[in-house]
Amino acid sequence: MTNQQEYARYVKKHAARSPLLANCFAAFFVGGLICAGGQVLFLLYQSAGMDRLQSGTLVTVTLIFLSALLTGLGVFDRIARYAGAGTLVPVTGFANSVVSPAIDTKSEGLVLGVGSKIFTIAGPVLLYGVLFGALYGAVYFVVGLFH
Amino acid sequence: MQKLWSLPCPPRIFMAASAVGKEEYRGPLGEKFDYHDDTDRFGGDTWEHAEEGLAYKTLTLALNKAHLLPESLDLLLAGDLQNQCVATSTGLLPFGAPFLGLYGACSTAGLGLLVAALALAATDAVRTAAVVTTSHNCAAERQFRTPLEYGAQRTPTAQWTATAGGAFLLARDRGRVALPALMAGRVVDSGLSDAANMGAAMAPAAADSLLCYFAQSGDSPAAYDAVVTGDLGREGSAMLSYLLEGQGLFLGEKHLDCGKLLYDFNRQDVHAGGSGCGCSAAVLAAHFLPLLESGAMRNILFIATGALMSPSSLQQGGRVLGIAPAVRLSHVEESDG
Repeated sequence: MTNQQEYARYVKKHAARSPLLANCFAAFFVGGLICAGGQVLFLLYQSAGMDRLQSGTLVTVTLIFLSALLTGLGVFDRIARYAGAGTLVPVTGFANSVVSPAIDTKSEGLVLGVGSKIFTIAGPVLLYGVLFGALYGAVYFVVGLFH
Repeated sequence: MQKLWSLPCPPRIFMAASAVGKEEYRGPLGEKFDYHDDTDRFGGDTWEHAEEGLAYKTLTLALNKAHLLPESLDLLLAGDLQNQCVATSTGLLPFGAPFLGLYGACSTAGLGLLVAALALAATDAVRTAAVVTTSHNCAAERQFRTPLEYGAQRTPTAQWTATAGGAFLLARDRGRVALPALMAGRVVDSGLSDAANMGAAMAPAAADSLLCYFAQSGDSPAAYDAVVTGDLGREGSAMLSYLLEGQGLFLGEKHLDCGKLLYDFNRQDVHAGGSGCGCSAAVLAAHFLPLLESGAMRNILFIATGALMSPSSLQQGGRVLGIAPAVRLSHVEESDG
């Protein structure tokens, strides 16, 4: 039998690879489309009389709502299969990563199912996002004392 | 070490049945399966319950086809992929048969046939045995990977857990497919830790079993109509050829893989092919057994392949271990003993 390291090298060399260029193209295309859609929404909210901050918040909320809706309808994962990072990187990906475990674990109850498993995917983003946010805040505060 | 066990009075498979989900029915073997459910639900309200329904349906089909009552089962061997094999133990509860739950990951169909043959050969008390294995795509995705609606791209080496079940009824004196030789296979450390390339992780175990089988039996692959692996898929099949050819064993066209046969790669997005313990069971029951019964195939070597691992063990730096039990299936003339 071929030894393990040699086999691991062979597998690494010969395993089918993801179509990197096509995936990048799809990601930029769909991701760009989502951002362009967000910009259109932003302009619409502004023309309806909102200021910049309100419009920005409303765009985020709208995109999160649409992602959650499409996830619930079972459409989001089909788009994401093609779009990859295009749907994952914008706020749409984060919404999907929270809603999909919630749907999945509904059958296990609202507390021990949805309640404890809703952040199984988004958890790391939340934990380290908050942690490094707080660290940055502390550094910012200390630096501010000397200015 | 004697790894190949020959049975002087080989037990036989006298009936088999299969049930599959929507995607499997859409595949090239679709019409051959006894039953399919386009909702993938099999009467269950959750995916876990759906797999229980699949197990129940599959054994019911086999018993009905054989005109047998559940009381005639002296031994029921079954397994699936859910934690603690709960789908088969719960789904097969209504049959009330003496039960041995088995876990061989995706190799459970081979393991079940092997244990059933041993039990039938060992004691007169066991006259009729049943083997049932199932896997359900949605239950497996939830347990091993990500939520069903999570949007992510899979690597081309990943495999698609089949929603499928296979049931086999065995006896000593009925049927036209005998099991004259068995080999349990050894646990083989693949050295790999990529859960998205199970085919490559199982190939060393399949190679180990195959090399050992042909060495100890003295047979050459030419004596077989096919060498059928469970669920190596495209990746694992290529790796198996590499490993075997390095040792001078060439299977060529004789090698067929249930995970590759179950789907049409041009129409169905199943990455490297099908997997799961229902995959090899359903393909064996629906595709190969009828060929063996009719005599269109005289001998096949069935090597179910399993990846022994858990998501936690991999996260803790563990490697994927493989197991590949081998069962020789031979056409025999029916003799009513």
